Amino acid sequence: MKNFLKYREIWLLAGIAVLIGLISTRFPGFADPANLRQVFNDTSILMILALGQMVVILTRSIDLSMASNLCFTGMVVAMLNAAHPAIPIPVLIVIALAVGLVLGAINGFLVWRLNIPSIVVTLGTLTIYRGATFVVSGGAWVNADQMSPDFINFQRAAFVGLPVLSWIALLVIALFFLVMTRTQIGRSIYAIGVNPTASVYAGIDVGRTKFIVFCISGMIGGLAGYLWISRYVIASVEVANGYELNIIAACVIGGVSIAGGIGSVGGAVLGALFLGIISNALPVINISPFWQMAISGSAIILAVVLNARGERRQGRIILRKAEAA
Amino acid sequence: MTDTPLPRRIPDRLDKPLSSAIFSWEALLVVIAILIFVVNSFASPYFLDPWSLSDLTFNFTEKGLIALAMALLIISGEIDLSVAAIVALASTMMGMAVQAGAGTPVLVAIGIVVGLGCGAFNGLLVTRLGLPSIVVTIGTMSLFRGIAFIILGDQAYKGYPESFAFFGQGYVWWVFSFELALFLVAALIYWFVLHRTSFGRRVFAIGNNPVACQFSGVRVDRIKFILFCLTGLMSGIASVLITSRLGSTRPSIAQGYELEAITMVVLGGVSILGGAGSILGVVLAAFIMGLVTFGLGLLNVPGIVMSIFIGLLLIIVIALPIVWRRLREGRFA
Repeated sequence: MKNFLKYREIWLLAGIAVLIGLISTRFPGFADPANLRQVFNDTSILMILALGQMVVILTRSIDLSMASNLCFTGMVVAMLNAAHPAIPIPVLIVIALAVGLVLGAINGFLVWRLNIPSIVVTLGTLTIYRGATFVVSGGAWVNADQMSPDFINFQRAAFVGLPVLSWIALLVIALFFLVMTRTQIGRSIYAIGVNPTASVYAGIDVGRTKFIVFCISGMIGGLAGYLWISRYVIASVEVANGYELNIIAACVIGGVSIAGGIGSVGGAVLGALFLGIISNALPVINISPFWQMAISGSAIILAVVLNARGERRQGRIILRKAEAA
Repeated sequence: MTDTPLPRRIPDRLDKPLSSAIFSWEALLVVIAILIFVVNSFASPYFLDPWSLSDLTFNFTEKGLIALAMALLIISGEIDLSVAAIVALASTMMGMAVQAGAGTPVLVAIGIVVGLGCGAFNGLLVTRLGLPSIVVTIGTMSLFRGIAFIILGDQAYKGYPESFAFFGQGYVWWVFSFELALFLVAALIYWFVLHRTSFGRRVFAIGNNPVACQFSGVRVDRIKFILFCLTGLMSGIASVLITSRLGSTRPSIAQGYELEAITMVVLGGVSILGGAGSILGVVLAAFIMGLVTFGLGLLNVPGIVMSIFIGLLLIIVIALPIVWRRLREGRFA
């Protein structure tokens, strides 16, 4: 099993290398380390979000409200900054995490306590959180000139050769890697996805664990909210509209199974990078950006086909159900 | 007690006592609809006007048409997130045909055929390759709308023939628009198919236990394929209506319709896990969503705030029976 997972990530890595190679034939500067660092930095937010989504999908749930959470939290933080520029950035980040946590906890509570399917809950909160953004902002935008210089420049500051944004992404990746591979909660999350019934017998509180993963995805949404707003220096109701599906796409391309239980931190990161490379490369090789959507759509379908072929090796579903019964 | 004779025949459906009809999901929806209706007519003097009410129906007929087919698909345990993208692609193809000088009948045919083709593509991927529909249709959603973006970019198609405008703007009789008439006829057909034919019974059976169905001789994959085709077809029809109503095509047309159609289906009492639901519920949910958005619109509430109400409605209506049951059983933590 472990070998097999490594196998998939190596294939994904090879796919990315081929992609970079192909782009380099049209635009030689693309494989330049400086440019690749730039691509990594551009994709940081998507990578963080994909990790948050991954832990949710692993438990056979889904969080469609992440982009709306990002939008709401980003707006709250931007308005706070505009009203009180003196609040230091680390405090703002903690506030962003806390606001995101509350929104995620609402999702988690409804899934845990009321047993409503997560797709229904987050479909509802998807519209509610974005609507709430309009309510708190009154429909107004927060523009670059209203934000303090610290707010905008914090993530751009270079630190040991990389922008702070890249470091934050690396930190989050490391954190997720530790949690998913070295802690009890990480094992529980995988166990629930593979076999919820067996997990109950093994003493795992399935509902509570689902609550926790929604709290995690909420906090990630909140963190991404600050990062997104300070990167694109505009906060409006339209921020990241429809982005929830990009996040899921990154997971799917990274080999995270929508049926739960299968997926890895490395896979989700590489899936996000794959999408990031495509969106960065299209302008430099003179392909209209309008192609991006169709290309990522095709990539998703291709990835699902490949994932399904990989998953089938584990045995047929009928047999697995018979064992569980 | 032990010597009860075996019943001579097993009924097709159990007798429903009146109380189960009163406490049914549909009854709850009717109560909510009446409440919203009454509140609206008090809140705005313009609400209770036949033409206002007629305008109201345009809010949900197009999404409602998609929701009818989506209901069957969700009952069978699948989902289609690409419906809005199908609308966009079909509309773009119709726009291309207009540039080539096509007439109204050809345009309608193109819209429907493109919809059907997209649905069949989804169906093939799901049934032939055995892929999870939620991911497949996230992919085709990007693909279909992506193709529309490739063709159109930031341009728009205009210049649809005058006779084409009837589908989205015409009236069949007095205040009854063609869209509303089509929606009601389609609802009747879907009601009949789902609740009165063996095909409909199979759809429910597949949603409850696909493996048992397979072993009982139900051709699960073929039925699922048909349902994906139907969803594509309805999206194609919706595309004709929207394009006709707007009179132009942009690649961003019908953005977000997929989530609204699914909200309608779930609000209508269809279980997102498959196996349960009714067409009556979906039709009522469509009316409720139309009433809410239109009523709030008359009060000058912005669209984005309306979406809060729709989202809250969705969660509350789903949560209400669960909370109620737990309160009665006295085990609500």
